[in-house]
Amino acid sequence: MEAAMDLMRRISPKESETALSALLSLLPHHSADLLSQVDLPLQVCMDQQLMKEFILCEYNRDADSYRSPWSNKYFPPLEDGPLPSPQLRKLEIEANEVFTVYRDQYYEGGVSSVYIWEDHNESFIACFLIKKDGSRTGHGRRGYLQEGSWDAVHVIEVGPEEEGTAHYRLTSTVMLSLTTENKSSGTFNLSGSIRRQMSHDLSVAEGHLCNMGKMIEEMEGKLRNSLDQVYFGKTREMVCTLRPPPDGIQLRLPEN
Amino acid sequence: MADGGGGDEPEELSDKQKAEIAKWFLANAPAGEIQYVAKDVRSILGDDKIYEMAAAEAFPLHNKAHLLALEMPNRSGDVLIATYGELDKNNYFDPRTAQVATVDHVKQVCTTVRPANDDELPSPYIEDFRSTLDAELSKYVGETYPKGVCAVYCISGKDAEGPGADFDLASGVISASFVGSANASSLRFVGKDPDSGPHEFKGINQNNGIWQSIWNIEFKDNMQFVEIKGKIQVGAHYFEEGNVQLDAKLECKDSTIFQSPEDSAVSITNIVRHHETEYLASLEASYVNLPDTTFKDLRRKLPVTRTLFPWQNTMQFSLTRDITKEMGIGK
Repeated sequence: MEAAMDLMRRISPKESETALSALLSLLPHHSADLLSQVDLPLQVCMDQQLMKEFILCEYNRDADSYRSPWSNKYFPPLEDGPLPSPQLRKLEIEANEVFTVYRDQYYEGGVSSVYIWEDHNESFIACFLIKKDGSRTGHGRRGYLQEGSWDAVHVIEVGPEEEGTAHYRLTSTVMLSLTTENKSSGTFNLSGSIRRQMSHDLSVAEGHLCNMGKMIEEMEGKLRNSLDQVYFGKTREMVCTLRPPPDGIQLRLPEN
Repeated sequence: MADGGGGDEPEELSDKQKAEIAKWFLANAPAGEIQYVAKDVRSILGDDKIYEMAAAEAFPLHNKAHLLALEMPNRSGDVLIATYGELDKNNYFDPRTAQVATVDHVKQVCTTVRPANDDELPSPYIEDFRSTLDAELSKYVGETYPKGVCAVYCISGKDAEGPGADFDLASGVISASFVGSANASSLRFVGKDPDSGPHEFKGINQNNGIWQSIWNIEFKDNMQFVEIKGKIQVGAHYFEEGNVQLDAKLECKDSTIFQSPEDSAVSITNIVRHHETEYLASLEASYVNLPDTTFKDLRRKLPVTRTLFPWQNTMQFSLTRDITKEMGIGK
């Protein structure tokens, strides 16, 4: 498995789907581990009843059907697919609505979905997903990108409430790819994925949704900055290491 | 790709299918990382015979695609593994020293060299052009790239005796940097022992990169001009606690008049220098634009309101909920 994870770190993020399916066929007995540890771009499906798109993931899947967070039904239809309890469904509905507004404010487009289900011992797990296509043919407002995608998966484990506080553990993954293309500067593609974790004990006075939302917002901000300054910055540094710019060209250093 | 099987028991892959997968991983390894990828693939396959079969086919492809530079044993310099200089699967011609190097692709070493035969060398007329260009280009590469290697080959018309014939030269330039591997020198692919590579990835700076440019130069005698086509490729891979890769390429064209070997060499090198410098500037411009424009198309730093999202304000939610319904956002 260590070798498999190393391979996933080395192969280009653009090829991660092919790489994962290759690994799954070579290591069928590790498929559960591979599927849970490797990040793949998100897929979207249409809720045929409400005509709204929703995101597919392991957490809303049963057999080959996926549950829509809008209508709470499985597509393709499934007779007795598992559903969240009424209380959790209520939280799920509100989470989806609020997250839609959040998504629109930060992403100006894209699709989002939230899935919540029971864990053991009065805990629950919530999964917040966002898929944004920023290419100029998608939702890219400014038209800079030939191709661009941002996929975010946030999984929060929420522990039982004890004395007014609860424990929240967030694992976030962002996968992104952007390509600009024009005649004079050729093709420029940056792609990557990063995964981080964050844990907090928070008062439940303002509700779970508020706590989870703030953690996700903070985490996304950090990941975006990391991607921009550290990761892209490092590849930029590398280009300058390979071919140091002549003194005439000004190098604007990334702000820290 | 091999199918996963529909039943409860996953179908066992055939040896051929496993080898194809192994070859895919090896061929798609980032420049300079193939030995690490090889180690992983070997361990996952658990079958040395299949691994060796795949490696024998994949390594040469990878080495040629990345213009691998190997040190020649007699210390006369490096030979580039390139299609242009390939005499047969394991033998590569080095035009600068007029030698033929025998290599082991999988170990990525040069095992022996021998002087080239007369029929393997270009004619004196061609060699004049080739070697002056090589000298001029080498000077440029030495000044510009901290760890650059280059070579100039005659790829067509090498036996032309004198003026009146068309011929083509090709030059390859490679500059690579690997930080954080056990042998952190860019040129020394020789002796890279996969077993001495790092096992832990936490805390080790993992940053690799490669600049590669290939120039095709067509000397058209009857029209007395030289057509130049370039392909520049830059790659970088940073993977400490994540995995980010840069993949950038550019194709460009230019031309100059057909002159004496010395003047042509200077002219051509100036053109190469000009295009490569411009390309570096445009890469830099892409990076500068990134945070404020291109990245913003994916996710803004903050909402238009310039404040964080008001999670605790449920009144606002009902309001925004109604607004979103009104405006039809949140489709």
